[in-house]
Order: sequence, then structure tokens, then C-alpha cells
Amino acid sequence: MEEKKKKDIFEEAWRFLSSVKLAIFTLIILALSSIIGTIVEQQAEPAKNITLLAKFFGDSAAPAVYNVFAKLGFMDMYHSWWFLSLLLLFSINLIVCTLDRFPTTLRLVRTPLGPLAENVLRTLPVKKELKFKTSLNIVKDEIANIMNLSKYRVLEANKDDAIQLYSQKGKYARFGVYIVHLSIILILLGAIIGVRFGFGGFLNLPEGQESDVAYTSGGKEIPLGFSVKCNWYDTKYYEGMDMPQDFKSELVVMDGGREVLKKVIEVNSPLTYKGITFYQSSYGMVPNATGYFVLNITPSGGNSNIIWLKAGESFDIPGTGTRGTIVNFSPALTQDKRTGALMTYAENMVNPAVAIRFDGPGQQQFTGWILKRYPDTGILSGGHKVELVDYWGVEYTGLQVSKDPGVWLIYIACIIMAIGLYIAFFMSHKKLWINIAHESPGSKGPVRITVGGSTSRNRLAFEKEIEHLLSKASHAIEGRSRK
Amino acid sequence: MNSSMLFDISAGAYIAAMIIYVIYLVVKNRTVGVVATSMTIFGFVSQSAAFIIRWVNSYSFWLASNPTSGFVESLLRAAPLRNLYESLVFFVWSLILIHLLIEFKYKIRSLGAFVTPVAALALLFIDISGTTKEIQPLMPALQSNWLLFHVLLAFLGYAAFGVSFGAAAAYIIMITESKKEKTYIFWSVITGIFLVVLIGMGIDFLSLSAVERKELIQSHFLKATFRSESGGVVVISWLASFVFVSAIWRYGHRLKKVLSSMSITANMLDEITYKSIAVGFPLFTLGGLLMGAIWANSAWGKYWSWDPKETWSLITWFVYALYIHARYVGGWRGKRVAVLAVVGFIAVIFTYLGVNLVLSGLHSYGSQ
Ligand code: HEM
Repeated sequence: MEEKKKKDIFEEAWRFLSSVKLAIFTLIILALSSIIGTIVEQQAEPAKNITLLAKFFGDSAAPAVYNVFAKLGFMDMYHSWWFLSLLLLFSINLIVCTLDRFPTTLRLVRTPLGPLAENVLRTLPVKKELKFKTSLNIVKDEIANIMNLSKYRVLEANKDDAIQLYSQKGKYARFGVYIVHLSIILILLGAIIGVRFGFGGFLNLPEGQESDVAYTSGGKEIPLGFSVKCNWYDTKYYEGMDMPQDFKSELVVMDGGREVLKKVIEVNSPLTYKGITFYQSSYGMVPNATGYFVLNITPSGGNSNIIWLKAGESFDIPGTGTRGTIVNFSPALTQDKRTGALMTYAENMVNPAVAIRFDGPGQQQFTGWILKRYPDTGILSGGHKVELVDYWGVEYTGLQVSKDPGVWLIYIACIIMAIGLYIAFFMSHKKLWINIAHESPGSKGPVRITVGGSTSRNRLAFEKEIEHLLSKASHAIEGRSRK
Repeated sequence: MNSSMLFDISAGAYIAAMIIYVIYLVVKNRTVGVVATSMTIFGFVSQSAAFIIRWVNSYSFWLASNPTSGFVESLLRAAPLRNLYESLVFFVWSLILIHLLIEFKYKIRSLGAFVTPVAALALLFIDISGTTKEIQPLMPALQSNWLLFHVLLAFLGYAAFGVSFGAAAAYIIMITESKKEKTYIFWSVITGIFLVVLIGMGIDFLSLSAVERKELIQSHFLKATFRSESGGVVVISWLASFVFVSAIWRYGHRLKKVLSSMSITANMLDEITYKSIAVGFPLFTLGGLLMGAIWANSAWGKYWSWDPKETWSLITWFVYALYIHARYVGGWRGKRVAVLAVVGFIAVIFTYLGVNLVLSGLHSYGSQ
């Protein structure tokens, strides 16, 4: 009695967890609840979302609504216990459903195809009838031949005076769905591995500095096990526009006191060492930093020469007696459209410019701005050239630092899913029976063929295929019987 | 002939085709149908030419700022799928392509009356949203080979979904019997509002100067009608819309009669809805979700970060997975699944435009 009850409960639960109804329900809830997290800003400062909520609920109610939402986990909802539980339920549903149905599919695929009685054959979804005035054997040979040519492996059965040819193609297409479902489970597994054994952090590394830790978004240190140094950071702009073309930094990996790796990283081209990957993700100015002006000096007709100077320092243009002194710097120089006055329009180095005072024996003193993005501003009278290569040491490179040992699994799952989807949607399991017999049993009258077929999907295409096969066979048969 | 002239020609042809398809629905004259199809093909050919010319121009544009870039790399980077304007144009192109394929395969012309309005809306949106049509330099995150395949496949998927939307809408219209049925009210009112907004945007467009047009969506939306300074205009707009929507509700069943008298059956529409989703779903999964994730991983080091754009693609994916299971295994038929197909496409529109215009995100084109 007890035993039976237990079994019933187990069967109930199994039926529930394997049902497609549950899948439909979970999908609806997942879709609807996911919307919340796209409206409420995730993992943001409370003030931001309170402002947002005030638009819907009014200023006075917003803080209270915020508290309720926060309790429900809406502020970080994709990591909330209930959302993760939904995903878990979804995966269990998928796994149980697979275990429930897979054996049936396997049996279906394994069971060899057998002949069908003619009356059963006539009830199949796809059917067709033809007559030929020729011998049974000619008809059989030609049809078998055409089917073999179309990659149907033909089997043959004889009963009484009738011959039946039958065949199936693409039985493995039945596995497509399982491959897709498996890939979903693998993606979730990969995500779990990533969360459990990997990390995501960031590191703002000023030019010239080195670090052996990264930071979580909460500010905690993550030891790297080696150190990474930023040689330089540079934003490249499209010519004549304030639109960035590229963000680049040169990174050096130091392990055990030795330089082991050096790479210039860009947005779509990160650096990976010992499973930890450094991505170019942002940049900025180090507060209150002073750096070096890197100038490239080329006297008219002479060789260029790179020099590093601090603010206020001077340099000579070789062989001319002209001295330059650095007197001012602007990270983003522009000219006011109305007044024509020079001004700085951004804090970041969008359009860096250095002001240099030139003087020398017997020369008129003057001060000019030299812009990094417009090298022509550095051409002096007499053809000498001073270029601003960089103001080095004042910018940091913003690195996204992550380790994700689950990524390879995700990539494999992506490939599996693509294959599975292709099989599930574009391939089908087709079965075909062709009965060949004389019109009236025993007689020598016309030969009648009755065709019946079924397919797991895309019936219309299968019907066309059969028609095509039969018309080819008819041609061949008629050709042979005329001889 | 430059690219934008050819494109304008194709836009005109599509809009003309839309009108002729609707006339065809009403008069059922074969010649009219042939004209509608030919107009669509003409539009498609000129748009294809416009697309190729733009690609060539964009190729030289890319080379100008990246002189060291190789042939294949430049070709990939220059593919005209790089901003909102270009992707909308490509969406229209794919939609028409898939529509033409179905028209020839299933020999049903009337579907054109439901698919071309989707194209016309996208075209109208291009003009009135003020999105830039210039060839723009590519921002760093977009300089990836994944981008091209990601956008290409995702938009082919969207276009297939667009066709399923047209078929599902026609299906819903066909099977609703009485004016009191919820589904009848659903489609007639939605269609009414949709057309009112469309007409309103058209009036805006005609009454604005070229400069104002550029920011229609941001600041002049329905300024000429519902949001006019003059109270009289506002009242007339509301009245006119009310009359219009009621008229559609009152006479909408004629459309159903017209549809039933054509050679299409509800079953056929249901089949087309399913077929186009069966094509759209794998394309969207592969292009939209998987390649998007791979690209994000190579650019930002995270294949999934739950930003609004990603999440809305996932929601869209859930809705279509729902459709497939409800119909293929759950045994849902008829109205319920057709409504799901409509909802799926509304999710597509939101993923694509809503997130950019309404929500902001990590890789939203709109923020740029
Ligand atoms: C979003 C996640 C899912 C995706 C992308 C997915 C994908 C698919 C696809 C592509 C098919 C084939 C449909 C066709 O041939 O037209 C399918 C069938 C099916 N799916 Fe899913 N599926 C998902 C979730 C689930 C879940 C959670 C269940 C759990 C019950 C489930 C149960 C089934 C069943 C029973 C079939 C029919 C299999 C058969 O042909 O015998 N699916 N699924």
C-alpha cells in the first residue's frame, strides 16, 4: 500500500517535471520577469533607480517602492534566488523531459523498418498510385535503381505475387531536438563553471605603473599570481573628428621578475596569460598627475630626435639656437566659436595640445600651441618641426580583467546548438513504402504501384520529392518497355 | 545614379507596391496582382543595387582612414550594416526577399498586402526618426568580424519573423467571426492605432522643414496633429482618429471576407507562420544570440552581461521557443499560437528599436 503510494507520487512528479506544459509555463514566466531587469537599472546606485521609480510612482512613494523592489531582488534580479530557481526548474524540466522521451526515440531509430500491409500503406499521410503496362520486374528494377540513386537504401519483401520496396532516410534527424536541448544544458553548465571558478574584475592602470592584483566591482582585491604593467595608453581619433577610432594600450606581463609577454591590446583584441584575460574597456585621466611631454624634434633637413620633458623645462632645436620652453598644456584645446578665445572643452585627452614659448639670440619671442592630432601646428618658420607625441604618465588604461574557465564549454555548446538547430529544422526522417503488384492478382494485366510515405516534418517537400522520384522512374520504365 | 537615389526609388516602389497589393486584395484582378509583384521586384532590384554601391563607397571610406587594412578585412569592415539606418535598410531588403520567395513558392500574392506595410513602416521610420544616413566611421567596439555575421544573420532572422507576423496577422483577421470577439477588437483597434500614428507621422513629415525632420522622433513627434499648439487641430485629430478607428472596427470584417474569397486558406497562413518561424528561429539563435555572445566576449570579456539589448533578445527567443513548443508539442493551434507570433514580432521590434530609443544599453546604436 505504502509502496504503491510512493510510486504514485514519484510518477506524478515525473509526469509534472517532464511535461511540455511546465516548459510553456516557465518560458512565459522567464520572458515576463526578464523585462523587469531591463527597466530597473541593475546593480546601480539606489539614487538612480529611485529617480526612475519616481517617474512612475511619484516622488513620495518612490523610496517605499524601491525598498519593496529591492527586497524582491529586482535591483540585481538576474542573480536573485527566485530567478536562479526559475532557471533551475527550467533545466530540470528539460533534463527530465529528455530522459522521459529519449528511450522512445532511440527505439524508433533502432527498430529496423519492415514492410507494410497494403491497406495500412494507403492510410499514410503521403500517397500516390501509378499504373504501367509492363512486367513486374522491370518496374521493380527501375524504381529500386532510382531510389538507390537518391540515397534511399532499398529493402525488398515479397508476399504472394506482390513485391514491396521500402526504405527510410535521415532517421538520425530525430536526434536534432535532443542535440539542441543538450546544448542549452551545456551553456548553463558553462555559465556555472564560469561563476564558480572564474572571476570578473577591473583594473585601472596608470601609464608606467604595475599591478599584481585586479579589483572586483565591490573594490576587493583579486590576486593575479603575476603582475601586469602598462607601458602607454593611447586614443586614436578619426582624422578631423572627435570620434575615437581605436583605444590601445601596451601591456607587459611580468612573472617571477621576468618579462614574459608584451602586447598592444585593442578593443577587439585582448591579452591572455595563464587563463586571465585583459580587455581594453575604458580609459581616463589620473587625478592630479603630472607627466612627461614627449616631443619629436626635427630640424629642417636633420634627423628627428625624441625628448622627454617636464612642464617648465626647455629644449634646443639642434643647430638653430632656438630654444623651446613648455609653458602650458590643455587636454582638449578648442577655439570658442564666438570670441575666438582658446579654451579647454573636456577633461580627457580628446585634443591634447602643448603651449611652447620659443626664443633665441636675435629672435622675436613667441608662444605657439602644438596639437597632437594636428602635426602641422608644429611646423616652425624655417621648416623645423616639433611634434607632440604624447603627454605621458597622466592617463590610465581601464582594463576588464576576467578569468572564465567555462568559456570553452560555452563555445562548444554554441557549435552543438548550431548543428542541432540545423538538424531539427532542416532535416527530416522520411519513410517510404512502394507496393508493386498486378492490378488483378495472378493476372498478367497492368502493374500497379502504390506508394505511401511519412515524414517527421516538411510534408510538402517530401511530396514533391516523391513525385519527382516517380516521374523519373516512369520515364525509365517507359523507355525500357518500348524497346 | 548614386546609392541614395536608388534607395529612394526602391522605397517609392515598395510603397506603391503596398498600395497595389491592397487594391489587389479588393478587386482580385490578376493583372493588378502581377503589377504589384513586378513593382516589388523592381524595388528589390534597385535596393540591391543601392546596397552594393553603398558597400563600395563605404569600402573606400574605410580605406581612407585605415590605409594598411587588407582587402578582405576592409570588405568586411565596410559592410553596410553598421548603424541603425543601414540595418533598417537591410531589414527591409531581407523582408522583401523572403516575401518574394514565399510568394513564388506558395503562389499567394495576397500576403504582400500584409508584408509590404511592415517594410513601409521601416522605411518611414528611417526618414522620420532622423537617424543619420551618412557613411560613418566605425567605433572601436564594432571593428570585429563577428559584427558582420552577427548583424547579417540576426536581421535575416528578423525578416523571417516579420513575414510570420504578416501571415499571423492575416490569419487572425481571417478567423475572427464576430465584431464582439476579443481577437477581432484586438486586431482592428491595433491596426487602427497603427495607421493613425502612421498618418500622423506622415502629416508631421510634410509640415516640417528639412532641419526639423531630422529630430522628428525626439521633439516633433505628432506635433502637427495631436500635440499641435492650436486646440482646434488637436480636437479634430482626436475626432478624426476616433472615426477612423471605429470605421476600421465597423468595416474590418470586409477585409476578412476579401481574404476568404481569395485562394488562401487559414491553414495556409498558419503553415506560413510556422515555416517562417522555423527559418527565423535558427537564424536568430545563431546570429542574434550565439554570435552576439561571442562578439561580446571578444570585445568586453563577458559573453553575457544582462544588458537590456541582450536581455530583450533573450525575451524574444523565449517567445519564439514558446511558439515552437506550444505548436509543435503542446498541441496549441489557431488563434492562440497566431497571437504568440504577433507578440514575438512586437518583442523583435522592441529588441531592435525600443531598447535603443527607450532603454539605454552597452551596445545600443542609439546612444551614439
Ligand atoms: C529555450 C529553450 C528551448 C529551446 C531553444 C528548444 C528547442 C527545441 C526545438 C528546436 C525543438 C524542435 C521543434 C521542431 O522540430 O519544430 C524542440 C522540441 C521539443 N522540445 Fe524544446 N527547446 C527548449 C526548451 C524545452 C524545454 C524546457 C522542454 C521541456 C519539456 C522542451 C521539450 C521539447 C519537446 C518534448 C520537444 C519535441 C521533441 C520531439 O520532437 O519529440 N524544450 N525544442
